[in-house]
Amino acid sequence: MLRIINVSKKIKNFSLNNVSLNVDKGDYFILSGISGAGKTMLLEIIAGLVKPDHGEIFLHGRNITREQIRNRSIGLVYQNPTLFSHLTVYENIAYPLKSKKLNKKEIDILVKQLASDTEISHLLHRNITNLSGGEVQRVTIARTLATKPGCLLLDEPLSFLDVQLKRGISSLLRKLNQNGQTIVHVTHDYEEAIAMANKIAILENGTIVQTGTLDEVFKNPRSEFAANFIGIKNFYKVILADAGNDVLLKKIEISGKEIRLLSAETSGTQGYAIIPADHISISHSPLEATTLNNFRGTVRDIIPAKLGFEIIVNTGFDVFVNLSRQTLEEMHLEIGNEIWIHFDAASVKFIKN
Amino acid sequence: MLQQKINVFNLVFLFLGGLVLLFIISPLLSMFVSTSGTDLIETVHDSEVQESIWLTIWTSIAATFIFAIGSIPLAYLIVRKNFRLKKLVRAIINIPVVIPHSAAGIALLGIISRNTVAGKLASGLGFSFVNSSAGIIVAMAFVSIPYLLNSAIDGFTGVPERLEKAAMTLGASGRRVFFTISLPLAWRHILTGLIMMWARGLSEFGAVIIIAYHPMTTPVMIFERFNSYGLSYAKPVTVLFLIICLAIFVFMNYISVKKRSNAKNN
Repeated sequence: MLRIINVSKKIKNFSLNNVSLNVDKGDYFILSGISGAGKTMLLEIIAGLVKPDHGEIFLHGRNITREQIRNRSIGLVYQNPTLFSHLTVYENIAYPLKSKKLNKKEIDILVKQLASDTEISHLLHRNITNLSGGEVQRVTIARTLATKPGCLLLDEPLSFLDVQLKRGISSLLRKLNQNGQTIVHVTHDYEEAIAMANKIAILENGTIVQTGTLDEVFKNPRSEFAANFIGIKNFYKVILADAGNDVLLKKIEISGKEIRLLSAETSGTQGYAIIPADHISISHSPLEATTLNNFRGTVRDIIPAKLGFEIIVNTGFDVFVNLSRQTLEEMHLEIGNEIWIHFDAASVKFIKN
Repeated sequence: MLQQKINVFNLVFLFLGGLVLLFIISPLLSMFVSTSGTDLIETVHDSEVQESIWLTIWTSIAATFIFAIGSIPLAYLIVRKNFRLKKLVRAIINIPVVIPHSAAGIALLGIISRNTVAGKLASGLGFSFVNSSAGIIVAMAFVSIPYLLNSAIDGFTGVPERLEKAAMTLGASGRRVFFTISLPLAWRHILTGLIMMWARGLSEFGAVIIIAYHPMTTPVMIFERFNSYGLSYAKPVTVLFLIICLAIFVFMNYISVKKRSNAKNN
């Protein structure tokens, strides 16, 4: 659907190098990487705001590399607000429709429809300066959707929002995607990536270092950068189930092992469970049950890391544990040793997808 | 102790600032006080003065609007485009501020007098720049154009480029982006620049007298009356001209401030 083939661009000391990506129709594609990795530049190249030095971009099989910006069928939502402050909410949403030379009645119907889809009907005659952060993003998204973009590009659209507003906008974006809108979303927040994406690409110093499904990229990071950047390895696709009378206490199953965790989501919800490697402790013998999750496993590998060591313990499924050099030496750990791992139910994070 | 120090500090500043204000106000005030009402009314009825004030007002307005047509796009290009010698261009637009205005008049005469290309072209079209309202417009525009240019540059600089980019991704052509986004958002600065350019043109003397002694703009007439008849004869015209200029200036500023506060409320 959106195909980017060997796109390169050099500006001053920074360059994008032979970037190739394939985004299928209906994908929620996350483009991730630290600040300065070239994510925004890539979005601007796709949108036509920056001309690439080399490479080609196809949308629905049409070569749009040298197409005029307004004829590309690409919508772009920036990180910073881009609403026009001299126009009302209504006029902002109507702006792209006026470019299409629609008559007043058609514009009115479409603006009201878009406002209803993005739940901002009550704001239509408000001035931009009086809107909250979440409302600004909703209006921006409604305005961009007015162009009926073949592909919607989002440049960190949630970064300025607080948790509550983030949830609302995320849910709106998910709904748009479920209705068939193809989305490419730039973020450096792994929770955002997990919650929204079905595919992800990691950009490092202007180069795509890895692309694939969430499972493929999070479990097998192809570079130290990707591993450090993502920062999570104990990452499992799961379904929540009730685990007793406590409404928050839930259980999940990973390779036949039952893990307890706390979540407000209901039983049957699908998503990803993350066990932060820093929150797992180890011992040679089982502890008195101060934690709900205790498993016996075998040390499969010991890998020197930036701060100490990373050990892989197989408990039926692989678990990554971070250890200091001192702990490793005190416990005389070696590959093949049998040990116990422990972690709190509260330390297991569940992200609905 | 600290409070005392701050008060002394404030008092010194208040005194120094007050002196500057007094310096600006006192000559104007003394002129108003020393001009009799009878002289002023006589001057109001003087047809030569009336014609001169009208000429000064309309030529300064014409200079502002005619040259705004090119100045606003130039300011936009300077802000949005990166090109070689951009710094030189920015320096050039401020030249009229730093050169003596009589020298500006002489320089202008070199390109618009009757034996130059522009002069011959004007002759062909049936008018002349020298000793005409066209010449007055050119002289006023030359010395006042930096005020509009600099203000418009500030205005366009204040419009985030991402808004223009966003408008383009929303299907707008370059022309539509300029007229519906860039220009309205920079308008407050541009309006201030237009008022400043007009006010500067209105008061221009040095360049105008070189190019067009006649028809006589009011600053030239004030000079002529002072030179030929003395201070008391020049004062009533000066006072009348000042009253009219200040009234227009205050009115324009009122409109500009009102527009600004409307924009803020929006």
